[in-house]
Order: sequence, then structure tokens, then C-alpha cells
Amino acid sequence: MTALAKVPGAVLRLRRGRRPGSAALLVGGVLTACLVGIALTSLVWTPEDPARMRILQKLRGPLVSGALGTDHLGRDVASMLMRGAFNSLTTAFAAVGVGVGLGTLAGVAAAANSRLDAVLMRVCDALFALPPILSAIMLGALLGPGALTAIIAIGVFMIPVFARVTRGAAMQIWAREYIMAARMAGKGTARITAEHVLPNIAGQIIVQVTIQLAMAILTEAGLSFLGLGLPPPAPTWGRMLAESQTYLTQAPHLALAPGLAIAAAVLGLNLLGDGLAARLDPRRRQAS
Amino acid sequence: MLAIRNLSIAFPGAAGPVRVVDDVSVEVGRGESLGIVGESGSGKSMLSLAAIGLLPRTARTSGEILLEGQDILRMGERALCGLRGRRIGMIFQEPMTALNPAMTAGQQIAEGIRLHRRVGRAEARAEALRLLDRVRIPDPARRIDSYPHEMSGGQRQRVGIAIALALEPDLLIADEPTTALDVTVQKEILDILDELVADLGLSLILISHDLGVIARSTDRTLVLCRGRAVEQGATAAVLRHPTAQYTRDLIAALPRRARAGLGEGPPLAAGGGAR
Amino acid sequence: MLRHLLRRAAGFAVTVLLISVLVFGMMEIVPGDPASAMLGTSATPETLAALRAQMGLDAPAVLRYLRWLGGLVTGNMGISYTYGVPVGGLILERLAVTLPLTGLAVLLAVGIALPLGVTAAARPGGVADGAATLYAQAGIAVPNFWIGLLLIMVVALGLGWLPAGGFPGWGEPVAAFRALLLPALALAIPQSAVLTRVTRASVVEVMNEDFVRTARAKGASVSRALWRHAVPNALVPVITMLGLQISFLIGGAVLVENVFTLPGMGRLAWQALAQRDLIVIQNVVMVFATIVIVVNLGVDLLYTVVDPRLRRRA
Repeated sequence: MTALAKVPGAVLRLRRGRRPGSAALLVGGVLTACLVGIALTSLVWTPEDPARMRILQKLRGPLVSGALGTDHLGRDVASMLMRGAFNSLTTAFAAVGVGVGLGTLAGVAAAANSRLDAVLMRVCDALFALPPILSAIMLGALLGPGALTAIIAIGVFMIPVFARVTRGAAMQIWAREYIMAARMAGKGTARITAEHVLPNIAGQIIVQVTIQLAMAILTEAGLSFLGLGLPPPAPTWGRMLAESQTYLTQAPHLALAPGLAIAAAVLGLNLLGDGLAARLDPRRRQAS
Repeated sequence: MLAIRNLSIAFPGAAGPVRVVDDVSVEVGRGESLGIVGESGSGKSMLSLAAIGLLPRTARTSGEILLEGQDILRMGERALCGLRGRRIGMIFQEPMTALNPAMTAGQQIAEGIRLHRRVGRAEARAEALRLLDRVRIPDPARRIDSYPHEMSGGQRQRVGIAIALALEPDLLIADEPTTALDVTVQKEILDILDELVADLGLSLILISHDLGVIARSTDRTLVLCRGRAVEQGATAAVLRHPTAQYTRDLIAALPRRARAGLGEGPPLAAGGGAR
Repeated sequence: MLRHLLRRAAGFAVTVLLISVLVFGMMEIVPGDPASAMLGTSATPETLAALRAQMGLDAPAVLRYLRWLGGLVTGNMGISYTYGVPVGGLILERLAVTLPLTGLAVLLAVGIALPLGVTAAARPGGVADGAATLYAQAGIAVPNFWIGLLLIMVVALGLGWLPAGGFPGWGEPVAAFRALLLPALALAIPQSAVLTRVTRASVVEVMNEDFVRTARAKGASVSRALWRHAVPNALVPVITMLGLQISFLIGGAVLVENVFTLPGMGRLAWQALAQRDLIVIQNVVMVFATIVIVVNLGVDLLYTVVDPRLRRRA
């Protein structure tokens, strides 16, 4: 019977006691809070004016001039990163706003009406086949590069993502008995959607918003890397990386700092999304 | 042949280890058949998985399971792989899920043969065909290239038997082999099983919650209740004159006609006397 | 099976048509047209009108749309005004870089993700599982063009093992392959991170299936049970993810081609934007979108190869 005594019950109890996704939620939450905090701080304070050029102090290493050094025009990298966080987040939020707004609308409409469903899902297939970078190139020809181009390009790509998630979740709700009861009570489709469907799928939409924010930050960085995002002098992480290309051997910190900033921001939001999913998404809650 | 001594199996639970098998001892001689009866959750299946060294990783065991003197619980993984399928064959409950959906019946039978014997692909296939014929599958030449989803439950379980017996093991463990099947198919499968066990002179451990199945196919019976052995002895004796209250409850829970079947005549002949 | 195929092909055609309308419509509202872009601001209205007539730009939109569609099918997509060559030939030439690049990236991604995900799944909660989870989280978070920069910094400029950019053409196959290796790796790493996650989850689930236990009871080792039994049955979600990711892969190719100055479709599109070469943009986007849809159609067919149960489904 001695072998039985070795069962590590205490450790296991500890693990069971914790709610699912706690670690991811904590790390992701802290990283995301830092990101938002830095972005907001940059509006009132940065170590230097992020647009101020000091040619004499160009390409200085970290701690030699400012915490993270200076770029090829002598601008302070730390300050640019801070303001870049704000620019990146606002673009990402606006793009996800477009996606979640139109996507959720399309999703609940598709779930409620089978004739609309076929049409909407086909349109979603078509939108999903257009990578945001290509839409941005087309939009760039139409509107010129800028925040609006980036927001529309990313947002439009997210419509099908949100439409599919919402549709799937909403269809499960429509199959429930209490929906039948609401129908019998004479409530219309729109009212049932607003009163019963949307509140029940809100959790899954919130999870998806978090994850898509991460995607939007990645894509925004790509667009501004190509010069399709915010125009200069507004600092963006993507353009900082594009400009670092010329000085890879001379000043590697110019390539490292913005890349790490992007990675930390995306990691934080992804972890937050995973943690929230473990709590809010009924499918994943069962799996864990 | 196989001797289980003071076997206990436990899993870690929220409030300390949960014991699913508790100090069970039982033996199966060569050519003998042992029935293990009990409700679901009585530890029957864990006992059979332990016998081929396939308990989940989190399981903690004590006691010993001796296969001709060798303790299976203390064997290395390599030795266990050499033993599974070759010396102990196993048939599982759910023919729906117990076969690989991405492999044909022939491939799945031949796999076991090629794992243990140095034979070519063609030879293993010929052997598989012979086995399919032996488990009386209709049209074996066609069925050998069928995928599980193309077969009925009874046909799949026949394939399961063919897999288990492919290497003519010394011991066959059948874990609820007929539970998931229709009544008519159940009888066919049991007939085949009885016949093969007799032909090959196998030892058999038959796990079932169905006392009728136990009565027709086993010599001796072990009754498990919540992981503990409450009663064991000759099947006829156990079923006709149960001593443990739990066994009496099991028999009492049967429909009257089935109960009558156990009581009248020698139980061993009740199923058609194949052995 | 045939009916299923036909239905899929019809859906495919509808989607492609929808995209073509979308793309054509968008280029239609772009201020200016190819003729005015070609002639610049100094052109007289008469020469502009003459060129428009010559290029067929004075026809009604519906007619021009139909002509364009016909051109797409026959490969006659018009003339690029920056390059002065047929767009069809230009795209074919650039596809010869982009398709091998993305193909190599998919191979690398699967080559990384499958062993990593399966090893992680062999022992959930083990050391390999922890490492794979870490890799997956980190890999999803890093942008592929940044990985490209890092690879240039370390492997090309630092170690000097592979070229930092440029493409010698397929006339020199070895040099061409070497030129594609780093960009493909940059594309593959984030991709493989996502795939690792999906593979792990899927294999963990399948390893709990009864048939894996049957295989083990036959005497199959853990690794045989994993690779021969679990993996083939765990591939459907992995392939689904691969199909979904083709969009990201193509977007990524545009970026990575620019990092490594590869003369592919992505760089073509980007340069066309800078030159306002609208005909090129319109056709490149259309070809890319078609590739995405064709890949998804292909993925649908792959399911039936992987899972025999799906073969007979109508």
C-alpha cells in the first residue's frame, strides 16, 4: 500500500482550486494594462517629443541617449515607441470596431434568417479571401495611405471572422427551448435577438474581440511597415521597423525595440483572450 | 497462467486518492475461463487494463499481476509491447470506436501480426483474410479492404476478435464484448468467441455486467463491488447459491425470465453448449 | 462524391465572381483611370480621349467588366503602363517566385509544427508540452516581417550563411533556393506556431480514443500509436487551419518579399501602388484572391483523402 501514499494529492488540490485560465488571464491582463497605460501616458508625457529630430545625436545606442537610444534622425526611440503604442491601439480598436459591428450584425441576421444566411456567408467567403494587405493596397490607390485605409482594410477582413463566430453561437441559442417560449409569447425575431441571443453570446464575442485586437495590431504593423498606415511624422511601430532596415548592423536596437513592443502587445492580448475564453466560452470551458 | 495478487489501483482525486480496485486477488488457469461481474464503475475495466499494462499514467498500483510468474506491473514498456497482442489479446466494448476509422479491417489485423512476427505484407494480409474467415465475417475477401464505417456493429466486433486472436495469444481478455450489440448479434459473437476459445485452448477473462453472458461462457466467476471482490467461485455455484448480498441483488435485478434461465439446468449449457 | 464536388465548384465560382465584382467596383471608383495615369497631367483632353478609346476605357462599365473577366480567363489582362509589358506575363513571372516561396513556407511550417505538436501531445503537461506551448504563444505574437529582419541580421549579415535579399532567378536553382530559404522561414515561424497549437490539441483528443487503446493492446508502442493511429485521425483540424491561414500567408508574402527584395507578386503589387499602375493592382489582387479560394477548395478535397469516412458523403 506504500505506493498509494505517494499520490500527490496536495499539489492536485491546489491546481483544481484555481479557476481555469487564471495564469493566462493574469499575465495577459498585466501586459495589456501596461500597453494601454503606456499608450495613454504618451498623450500627456513622453521622455522627448517623439517627432523632434536631433541629427547630431543620431543612431545612439540604448542608455547612451535616452532609455532605448535614437534613430537615424536622432529621434528618441522610447518616446516613439510610446506614441506608437497609442497609434497602434487606436487603429486596432477602430478596425475591430468595424469588424465586430458589421460582423455581429451579419452573424445574428444569418442565424435568424436562413435565406439571408446563404447570401451573407457567401459574401463572407469572398471578403475572407482578400488578405487585409491586398485590400489596403487597393484602398491605398483609392484613398491614399493613412489611418482610414488601414482601418477599413483590417476591419473589412474581420467582418467574416465575427460573422462566423456570431452565427455559430447564435444558432445554438436559437435551438434552445426558451427561444421557442419567447416565440410563442409573440416576440419578433429582432426582439428575441436583442433580448435573448445577443446577451448569451456576448462572452464569445468579447473573447474574439480580444484575439482580433492582437491580429489587428500585427496587421497594422505590417501595413505601416509597407507605408500604408499613418503617414509621417506620426510614429508607428511598423514604420520604425521599415526605417531600421538600412541600419541593421550599425544600430540593431532600432529593429529590436519595435519588434519586441509588437510581440509583447500581441502576446498580452492573446493571453488575455485565452484566459477569457477559458472563463466565458462554453465550449472551451467544457474542454478544460 | 495469470495470477492477480492483492491488486489495488487508485487515482488522484480532489480529496486524496480514489481507490477503484481494492485488494483483489484472483487466478485464471490455462484453458480456464473467468467471468468478472459488477456494475459499471465497479473497477472491472481497470482490472483488465492493468492486466495488459495499459492503465492511465495517473494510476497508482500496488500488489502484483503475474503472467506465468512475471509481474506485469513491474515490466518495462518494451517488454510490455512484446507481450500485448502476442501473449494477451484484448477485445473492447465499443466496436464503434475501438477500430481506427482511417485504416481498413485488413490493415488493422495485419498490423498486430507484423508487429510481432517477421512476415511480409502479403503474408500478413493472407493471414488477416484467414482470420476474417475464421470469425465468420460474410464475404471476407471484400471486407478485408473495408473501413470500419462501412461495416455493421457485429462485423466490427468480429474484426475486433480477429485482431485480438491474430497471434493466438495464451490469454484473451474480453471487456463487455457484446454490450453494445443487438441481442441477435450478441449471440453470434458469443458463439464465435466460445468456439475459438475452445479450439485454441485459450484462457479467457470475460468481463460483463450481464449475468446471462457470464453463465453461458465462464467456468469461474469473480463478483466485484466498488473495487472489492465480494464473492468468487465456480460460476454455477456463485449464480445459483450466491453468498454475498451484492450478488443476490444483482440476480434479483434481472427480469424474471432471465433469472429462471440461470436457475434451471446447468448454467454452463444454457448458452448452447459450444464448449 | 461527384455531386459534392460539383456543388463545391459552383460555390467556388460564385465566390470568385463576387470578389471580381468587388475588386472591379473598387478600382472603378478610384479617381483617374489608367489612361490619365499614363499620360500624366500635361495631356490634352483630345489625346486622353483618343487613348481611352484605344484602351477601350470609353465603353460602359458592364462591358469593361465582362471584357476584364474574359481577359482573366484567357490571360489577356492588359498592358502594365510602368513596365510596358502584358500584365499576364508579368504576373506569371512573379508567381514563379511567390508560389515556391509560400509553398516552401507551408512545408517548413508543417515540418516544424507536426513533430512539435505531436511530441507535446504524447505527454500533456510534460516538458515537451511546456516548450511547445511557449513556442506557440511566442510564435503567434511575432510579426513575420520582423522575423525576416532578425534572420537577415543574424543569419545573413552576422553569420553570412544565406543571402540577405534579392533573387537570382530559376536559371540558378541552388542560388534561387538559397534566396528563398530565409524568407520562407520568416513566413513559416508564425504559421507553425498556430499549427503547433492545433496539432497538439487535436492529437491529445484523438489519443483518448478507444482505437488508440486497441492499437496499444495489439502491442504498438507509444510512438507508433501516436504517428500511425492518432496523427492520421487528427489531421482534419490541422488541414482546416492550414486552409484558413492561406490568407495570412499571402498577406505575409507581400511583407516578406519587401523585406528580402524578392521580385514576387507582393512586391509587384506594392510597387504598382507606388506607381499607380491600376491595371496591375486590379489583376494581382484578383489572382491572389483566386489562389486563396482555390486552396480552400483543395483543402476540402484533402479532407476526403485524410478521412475515409468523408469519401462517400454526397
